[in-house]
Amino acid sequence: MADVTITIDGNKVTAPAGTLLIEVCKSIGTEVPAFCYYPGLSLQAACRMCLVEIEKMPKMQTACTVPISEGMVVHTTTDKVRQARKSTLEFLLGNHPLDCPVCDAGGECELQDMTFSYGAAESKFMEAKLHRDEQQWSPVVFFDRPRCILCYRCVRVCGEAMDVWALGVQNRGSASIIAPNEGDHLECEECGMCIDICPVGALTSGAYRYKTRPWEMKHVGTTCMHCGDGCKTTLGVRRHETGMQIVRGDNRDKSGINGDFLCIKGRYAFDVTHSDERLTQPLVRHEGRLTPATWEAALELVASTFKRIRDEHGGSAIGVIGSNRTTNEENYLLQKFARVVLGSNNIDHHRTADFPALAAALKNTQVRTAGMRDVFNAKTILLIGNNPTDQHPLLAWQIRNNVRLHKARLFVVNAQDIKLHRQATAFAQVPSGSEAFAAAFLAGNDSVGESVGGDARNALLAMRQALKGAEEAVVIFGSEIRGAQVKAAVNLASALNAKIACLGDYANSRGAADMGLYPDLLPGYAQTSSEIFTGHWGALPEQPGWNIEQMVNAARDGQLRALLCVGSNPVVRYNVDPFVLQKTFLVVNEMFMTETASLATVVLPAACAYEKSGTFTNTMGDLQVVKKAGDLAGTKPDFEIVIEIADRMGFDVRKLVSLGGGTRADMGQSRGAQTGEADRHAVWLEAQNLEPRMTPFDPAAVLDEIQRLVPGYGEASRLNVAAGNDEHTTALEAGQGSATSDPDLVVPSEDTLFTSGTLGRYSNTLHSVIESRRKVPADKKTPV
Amino acid sequence: MIPVSEQLDHFFTEKMKEYPTQRSFLVPMLLYAQDELGCLSNQAVEYIAGKAGLSQLEVRNVISYYSMLTTKPRGRFHVQVCTNICCQLRGAEDLFEHCKQRLGIGHKGVTSDEQFSLEEVECIGACSWAPAAQVNYDFHENLTPEKMDQVLDEYRSR
Repeated sequence: MADVTITIDGNKVTAPAGTLLIEVCKSIGTEVPAFCYYPGLSLQAACRMCLVEIEKMPKMQTACTVPISEGMVVHTTTDKVRQARKSTLEFLLGNHPLDCPVCDAGGECELQDMTFSYGAAESKFMEAKLHRDEQQWSPVVFFDRPRCILCYRCVRVCGEAMDVWALGVQNRGSASIIAPNEGDHLECEECGMCIDICPVGALTSGAYRYKTRPWEMKHVGTTCMHCGDGCKTTLGVRRHETGMQIVRGDNRDKSGINGDFLCIKGRYAFDVTHSDERLTQPLVRHEGRLTPATWEAALELVASTFKRIRDEHGGSAIGVIGSNRTTNEENYLLQKFARVVLGSNNIDHHRTADFPALAAALKNTQVRTAGMRDVFNAKTILLIGNNPTDQHPLLAWQIRNNVRLHKARLFVVNAQDIKLHRQATAFAQVPSGSEAFAAAFLAGNDSVGESVGGDARNALLAMRQALKGAEEAVVIFGSEIRGAQVKAAVNLASALNAKIACLGDYANSRGAADMGLYPDLLPGYAQTSSEIFTGHWGALPEQPGWNIEQMVNAARDGQLRALLCVGSNPVVRYNVDPFVLQKTFLVVNEMFMTETASLATVVLPAACAYEKSGTFTNTMGDLQVVKKAGDLAGTKPDFEIVIEIADRMGFDVRKLVSLGGGTRADMGQSRGAQTGEADRHAVWLEAQNLEPRMTPFDPAAVLDEIQRLVPGYGEASRLNVAAGNDEHTTALEAGQGSATSDPDLVVPSEDTLFTSGTLGRYSNTLHSVIESRRKVPADKKTPV
Repeated sequence: MIPVSEQLDHFFTEKMKEYPTQRSFLVPMLLYAQDELGCLSNQAVEYIAGKAGLSQLEVRNVISYYSMLTTKPRGRFHVQVCTNICCQLRGAEDLFEHCKQRLGIGHKGVTSDEQFSLEEVECIGACSWAPAAQVNYDFHENLTPEKMDQVLDEYRSR
């Protein structure tokens, strides 16, 4: 819209006509306080905190609802405005309990801050305050009614932004209350957005309430360790007898690709880090039983056995299974360890999407990959397969809010009637397994029309018409499309001139793929003979190694003599017969005694992603930093474990982790940024946007190498990543890929909102939510 | 099984077409359903939510906002006595007390034979003929305790 010029407190400001006055004030640094106004949500004008004087208007106006127009003269600092703010706060505090000393929000409460800045020191309200007891609405949501100031933020974020509509307002006037959808409890997605957005302590979180004070925590901005979307999450940590304990998860500064958003897993499922079932001591099988051992003894046993087997039977007698939840640096290091130290290409991981096939399909096309931000800004989104609401909550949020705020057109092709149907311009339900045919049909290939059936064919035909001339489109497909079929999705993206994205399931499944946890592919989807890597690493085993299934078969035949399994549970994921691994020297790095760990010869207690540094690449290819938040005595990061094994095998670790110049000092990367003098130095370095990078245990040294050698990673700005932002990588476009990889090895996690693979089983919060939702028929309920 | 009569259900379906959005027809639907059923039962809420394409929570939010809508059964004749300023000046408080005595119930009470319920209400817009009371949809004006007795007797005999 055309620009108009208005005057705010004597200053001339030019902004597009129709911009909300409150936003214009914000843009020039004039604070207009408000509770109910929230960018991106509908306007409410309920709190009356943002009243300002506008000349020629008889009464004060709410700045949050007034669109600016030419010549408007606004005053925000007059006595009248000041008095209005004072009075509003006095009203709000009328029935607000002054239990700030114990309230969760105390110290970061907007009502406290506003009272401090604008409020009155006295109250004319003499009557007794109305007290109501705190209510528990769900395992994670508690409601303290008297604290509520009725700003409606929770109602709007739950309805408009989450499309859940689980909260409402009942009664009217002074009797108004926020009400949950099931009378006395909530039935919802348990995302906790209502708690996060509450300006006061009315909605509190089951995970955090009454645990600590906000100023007692140190806040660490890192990347969530659950699904493949890579939300930025801020972990509040506090000293604990076993190290540092994580007590809260939120997105404190609303930065990163997820902005306001976090789902239940990002917000609450950090509790796996202090689960009672965490392994904190290495275990070695002795006379058939796993018995505690020292790190030295366990590592020595692993190193000497690996060395003996390698020297006697060759590297191909050893296999390595990597993880979807370890950092890029760890994955890179792990496959380098397998190839360079063990001399084996037998390396694989639990695949949840067919990234190599996508890389191969992208060859010789103009199609580029989409980042998570693209989904929020695209004009057209085509979603084939998957159910993002359950499996990719952030992606669903981006899609939903793009449709709501930018009027994007969403087209959904799915075997199920998924929830995003509600935002869809058009929806086509196709038979399960025919997603790729649907993609081909949409791209103009009529011959596959029969494969999807008559009704679906008509829906797709209409969709094909509607997609014609689509601009700024993104095609997103799930793991339903894999192997050679991926080509169909790429062709469609090419026809639409669209960007493309493929959905994998865990925090770093894309990173595992990009970093070459494949028997036939090096980092960056390069062939095993790639000169990029042989030039730097020396000779590598040329023949592609065994994939997971082949490794299991080789173990059965006695050919696979040792297996290193890092943060993965193949016994469950690939349904491996436990007896097959009996003869194999099995080393498992794990947080918990999983089905795979219980078969191991040596179990090494691993630190989780919240307890180490590095980077993750989300399923869209966005590179983000992982920072150490928690700390659990007894565990080591997989990075360190691998280096120690290599060192004890007599390998020169400087060939694994190439250290640049600089001083030789541990800057706390291995111990966490909480302890000791050196760590304060690390804090200083970080503040200067420099990185401590000095020991062989330093992942940043490996990131250097990744950026030098892995195509598609070099362009990512280290400064930006270190500062906590996302950088889109393009390894899929740059790499060779492999169209021949076995599509059956792709095993989607089938996670819901409340599960997170093997890891999620150890989260009490996720458990309690699943339990609370279990529907028990009334007559089957056991009497209390 | 729908809680309202088939006739009303049909009426809703037809009338809905005249509204720009389904939810615009919500309050009239609630009133019609309440008139037929006596109150908005859980089944009625569920039915109307489905009819208007809203969540039950949203329907309950609206019901709780309007004092003329109720989820609890009332008597066959709902006596609403205004006690706002004009009526009050002309004896509405005595009138309301009289109704309480006469019916043997208090504010928002229902007689045991479910014939009458009583409610003290805000202005019903009959100030010129104060004190006034409303029984279901009918107005009774310039009331005195004696006149009120006649009104109540008349309803009782119906």
